[in-house]
Amino acid sequence: MRTLLELDALEAHYGPVQALRGVSLTVGEGEVVAVLGANGAGKTTTLRAISGTVARSGVIDFDGKTLRGGPEAAARAGIAHVPEGRGTFVELTVNENLRLGAYTRRERQRVKADVKRVAEYFPWMAERGSQRAGTLSGGEQQMLALGRALMSRPRLLLLDEPSLGLAPLVVREFFRIVRELNAKEGLTVLVVEQDARIALSVSSRAYVLEVGRVALAGTSDQLQDDESVRRSYLGY
Amino acid sequence: MLPLAAFADFMQQIVSGLASGGIYAALALALVIIHRSTGVINFAQGEMATLCTYIAWTLTVNHGWSYWPAFVVTLAFSFLFGVGTHRVVIRPVEGGNVLRIVIVTIGLLIAVNGFVTWQWSGEQRQLESPFPSNTIDVGGVAISVQDIGTIAVTIGIVVLLWGLFRFTKVGLALRAAAVNPAEARLVGVRVTWMLALGWGLAATLGAVAGMLTAPSVGLDPNMMAPILIYAFAAAVLGGIDSPLGAVVGGLLLGVLLNVVSYLSQYHGFGWFTEELRLPLALGIILVVLLVKPSGLFGHAEVKRV
Repeated sequence: MRTLLELDALEAHYGPVQALRGVSLTVGEGEVVAVLGANGAGKTTTLRAISGTVARSGVIDFDGKTLRGGPEAAARAGIAHVPEGRGTFVELTVNENLRLGAYTRRERQRVKADVKRVAEYFPWMAERGSQRAGTLSGGEQQMLALGRALMSRPRLLLLDEPSLGLAPLVVREFFRIVRELNAKEGLTVLVVEQDARIALSVSSRAYVLEVGRVALAGTSDQLQDDESVRRSYLGY
Repeated sequence: MLPLAAFADFMQQIVSGLASGGIYAALALALVIIHRSTGVINFAQGEMATLCTYIAWTLTVNHGWSYWPAFVVTLAFSFLFGVGTHRVVIRPVEGGNVLRIVIVTIGLLIAVNGFVTWQWSGEQRQLESPFPSNTIDVGGVAISVQDIGTIAVTIGIVVLLWGLFRFTKVGLALRAAAVNPAEARLVGVRVTWMLALGWGLAATLGAVAGMLTAPSVGLDPNMMAPILIYAFAAAVLGGIDSPLGAVVGGLLLGVLLNVVSYLSQYHGFGWFTEELRLPLALGIILVVLLVKPSGLFGHAEVKRV
């Protein structure tokens, strides 16, 4: 498998506080990789460092090139970041959110076709295109954030705690769609989750972070089957 | 029932109120655009408009240009002036306490006013009007072509702007950058350029307001100061984050001020003279802020704790 993303000794700071202390990981093309760990372990910061929303040092290699610059540059390189807490434009409509997802693309006709493609995964979006995103339920907003990310035709999808604050049924539906996208379209995903059980069920490999470092890495099956790992790192 | 002559007079006041209201609306819209994106009131909006109006005056009077080419070039200049102002003056102080930006805009007000006086002197100049000064008869009511022209220009720019924000990709990006800059960057919008673009559009609106104001009141360095107060009142009345509110607020204010003046002549409160129009506008600002701070069309601000 070809490596799409490679982090080498990635560090990040929030003011004087060091949040990442040298994270190294790889994501292969077409792979779903999970990043797990407790609160404050640096999961969210890892994604933020990749998309350039936080100041970072170390090497980020994306698709054979060193990734530099802020989130605008990451978006243009083909990275779609769905941040923690939905990440929709609540004051804009469903359609406008989707159109913004395709902001970096120039091919109008294909973007139009992609609105239909996204609606195949989320049929309600076609019917409620002019509804304001802020009036959607939490689950619908999370789905919209995913739909918007798909509109950019991403090479890599970053998902930050998609299960946060959602009902278990909605979480399952969300991850079912992620799995389908990966299987059908070969979408590469790096997902950060508190809910280790669900994340491991969709991912092929996983990394466990502890205070800004990779404490453990392995295939998702290995991690799931190892009871001591489960108890000490994953909390179930 | 009003006697017919009085009715005609009253209707004229309404139309001319809509015309001056259109000017307030244009400047109020400029204030709203900047408030939505940068989060502050641009106190220099009026002075920036004055400077642009002097450009139009220089082109027509000193260089002998005819009006409409000068109008277009002035708009282009004002757009670049607005973009440049954001890049050079505002951007360095963004991202901290908004009070810093407010102070910079006040500094800008003084600086631009000083520059205009130095460059063009404080003497009053006459900018020609693009519209003839006659009146036309509409159902027995004599309506000034100036007023109709002013209303038409205002409607034109409001429709253009609405179309830009509503239907174009850049308009969508402008709104996205204003409502959620962090998120906008994640989808690839270059937010600082969008903010600069907003300043450019606002300055352009201001230039239109200035060029529509100058022919009737005379061009001098302080010409836009009272107009800015009316624009504040209009924006506050409509809701400081609502473009639609700015337009409705401007038109309402223009008509209201004229109607009050008119009634004062005929209904025994002749003490209400021209000089009280500004205090009335300030009174409206105060009342709206006390009674309904979000204005007619604005959203009540929700502070998350």
